[in-house]
Amino acid sequence: MKVSYYPGCSLHATGKEYDQSVKAVSRALGIELAEVNDWSCCGASSAHMTNYRLSVALPARNLASAEKAGLDVMVPCAACFNRFKMAQHHLRENGALKKEIEEIIGESCRGDLAVRNPIDVFSKDIGLEKLAEKVTRKLAGLKPVSYYGCLLLRPPEVCEFDNYENPVLLDKIMEAMGAEPRNWSCKTDCCGGSLTLGKTDIVIRLVDKLMTMAREAGANCLVTACPVCMANLDMRPREEIRLPVFYFTELMALAMGLPGPTEWFKLHNTDPAPLLKSLALL
Amino acid sequence: MGAFLEEVNRRIDGVPIQRCYHCRKCSAGCPVAFAMEYNPNKVIKMIQMGKRAEVLGSSTIWLCASCETCVTRCPNDVDIARMMDVLREMVIEEGLGAREKKILKFHEAFLAGIRSGGRINEPMMIARYKMTTGDLFSDLKMGLDMFMKGKLSLISPKTKDMTSVRKIFDRTKK
Ligand code: SF4
Ligand code: SF4
Repeated sequence: MKVSYYPGCSLHATGKEYDQSVKAVSRALGIELAEVNDWSCCGASSAHMTNYRLSVALPARNLASAEKAGLDVMVPCAACFNRFKMAQHHLRENGALKKEIEEIIGESCRGDLAVRNPIDVFSKDIGLEKLAEKVTRKLAGLKPVSYYGCLLLRPPEVCEFDNYENPVLLDKIMEAMGAEPRNWSCKTDCCGGSLTLGKTDIVIRLVDKLMTMAREAGANCLVTACPVCMANLDMRPREEIRLPVFYFTELMALAMGLPGPTEWFKLHNTDPAPLLKSLALL
Repeated sequence: MGAFLEEVNRRIDGVPIQRCYHCRKCSAGCPVAFAMEYNPNKVIKMIQMGKRAEVLGSSTIWLCASCETCVTRCPNDVDIARMMDVLREMVIEEGLGAREKKILKFHEAFLAGIRSGGRINEPMMIARYKMTTGDLFSDLKMGLDMFMKGKLSLISPKTKDMTSVRKIFDRTKK
């Protein structure tokens, strides 16, 4: 299977270990990734919070580039994924806007490409059974809660790949890896996102609540697919209640015996090594 | 009266906000409501009452994190998240000054980063934000830690065709 790959800005910096683990797992599953030609930033929340047309035009430039390759485009970052899906939605719903955006970006953009998150590709195209077969070291004793945050599943009629109030695919992937996911009610709660610099106190309050709830659910770590959530969860909670946070692909690579995890874990702010060592997983 | 409501609805270009029957489901689920001076559904009421200055001058519209919980749960499909975007755009276009200055400065630093390289270089973007807000020392240790771990670098690959990126910014300027 071959897909286009849009890493986005975060995956080249604060989300480096997400980029590397997505690539490692994809390779092991036989998914070939071809980077979107000369990609640019999707505009993230800063574009749509301040300038509507800019917020559609920036993803459209990338979608137009990916459309030339004609393959499904895999977008690991939840924020980029959301902006791509939203832009496509607006382009499809509003003919006048589509025309205007095409003039702005100087080329045509159909807006019909399949934009996919790796959670979706791994669990549906590869399949949970096949994923389980790849496991060489079961993640026994690891009890993650799945944290999707806002941007992967809302609004549901646009994002559409998992249940928006109680999504299950991440739990199922973790189960396939031999982990013991815990159920909780905060899967799609908000971490405060980009308020992290301008309004740090709000973000601290939100992530403290998430850590407390995760502990109450009996979890010993959190698993996510969003570099913004990762940064907030990994760095902002009060020291006393922090739990390690992983990108789901890091844990897949660990279970599949792929090279890389030890180096990636060193990039985390909250060191996951003590937990993993206590479970004899590292 | 009514002009502010019409203007907001025209910009939202979707479900008219007066379809709201104030069940407050949006405000109950809003993660940031605790910090807002007006709850999301209160903002709708205020727009209906023509309270333009109060709404555009409120912190609420900047604190909204665009989590989309409200619109997802609203029984009447009122798109509060989009409404908040529209209200912020109005403040910016009219040069009214944002009540939450640091939040707008963050967005400006972010967009300036895209304009200059096509992609965000996170340390440069944060430096730009810190220069304009004067908030130089918060999170300094965290940033240095990330540098030491080799996560962040001051130089990162840029988009090659920058002409097309600049054009997008020029053509979407109001
Ligand atoms: S959920 Fe919808 S109908 Fe209910 S108060 Fe909010 S906007 Fe109004
Ligand atoms: S989108 Fe904004 S107003 Fe709506 S629930 Fe989220 S933070 Fe609150």
